[in-house]
Amino acid sequence: MILRRTCKEAAALLVAREDRALSLPDRVALRLHLAACEACPRFARQLQLMREAFGRWRQQAGDDAPG
Amino acid sequence: MPFELDVAEHRSYLLRYARLQLRNDAWAEDAVSETLLAALSRPQAFDGRSQLRTWLVGILKHKVIDCLRSRRREVALDSEEGDGSAELEALVFRADGHFAAPPADWGDPERALASRQFFEILELCVQKLPPAMARVFLMREWLELSSDEICKELALTPTNLYVQLHRARLRLRECLDLNWFHTPSAP
Repeated sequence: MILRRTCKEAAALLVAREDRALSLPDRVALRLHLAACEACPRFARQLQLMREAFGRWRQQAGDDAPG
Repeated sequence: MPFELDVAEHRSYLLRYARLQLRNDAWAEDAVSETLLAALSRPQAFDGRSQLRTWLVGILKHKVIDCLRSRRREVALDSEEGDGSAELEALVFRADGHFAAPPADWGDPERALASRQFFEILELCVQKLPPAMARVFLMREWLELSSDEICKELALTPTNLYVQLHRARLRLRECLDLNWFHTPSAP
């Protein structure tokens, strides 16, 4: 089990996590990488903002005042 | 105001969403017309508990799914190559797997999420996705279909679905980064 991942690999796992469950080795590797990396946690926060934005967007489809 | 007028008021809004989803003006017109017909033929189905637009969007989603279903053969995905994904990846990452430039701090999420302009840019970014990729992405994020359902509707393998969603998310991130978070400050 190789636990060292590059940022490119870690970012790919973060994106994949939006749509499917990661394997245990991937989850462990990702956690280790995030703990040691400055860039990837930012990338993760960007994805989180996107997730919230799409949730809000979905809601707005129904709730907005007529525009 | 009569119910017909209330419903008709939402037409342009529904059309915008149908176009975004279907990428085809004629199909979108059809889906919206069917939605309005369905709504007007059963006004008693609207119980007033939800907002009228929420109710109409709910009907529209079913019409959009019906359309995607019947046009299945016409929504084939782009080929794996040549959609610019490799180029995007090369822009974001160096060959050694490091970020070419560290990801920007997107700041306070609440500020972005409270801004109407942010959502306009979000929609623009979705519009800029290759059509088939956008369709897959919206089936997931807007229609909230499960992976199984999307694979079945579009005759995709799960792997292919995840590749498309993955690419769509990377592009959207890049587009938002460029157009919202890096907007040049006023002179």
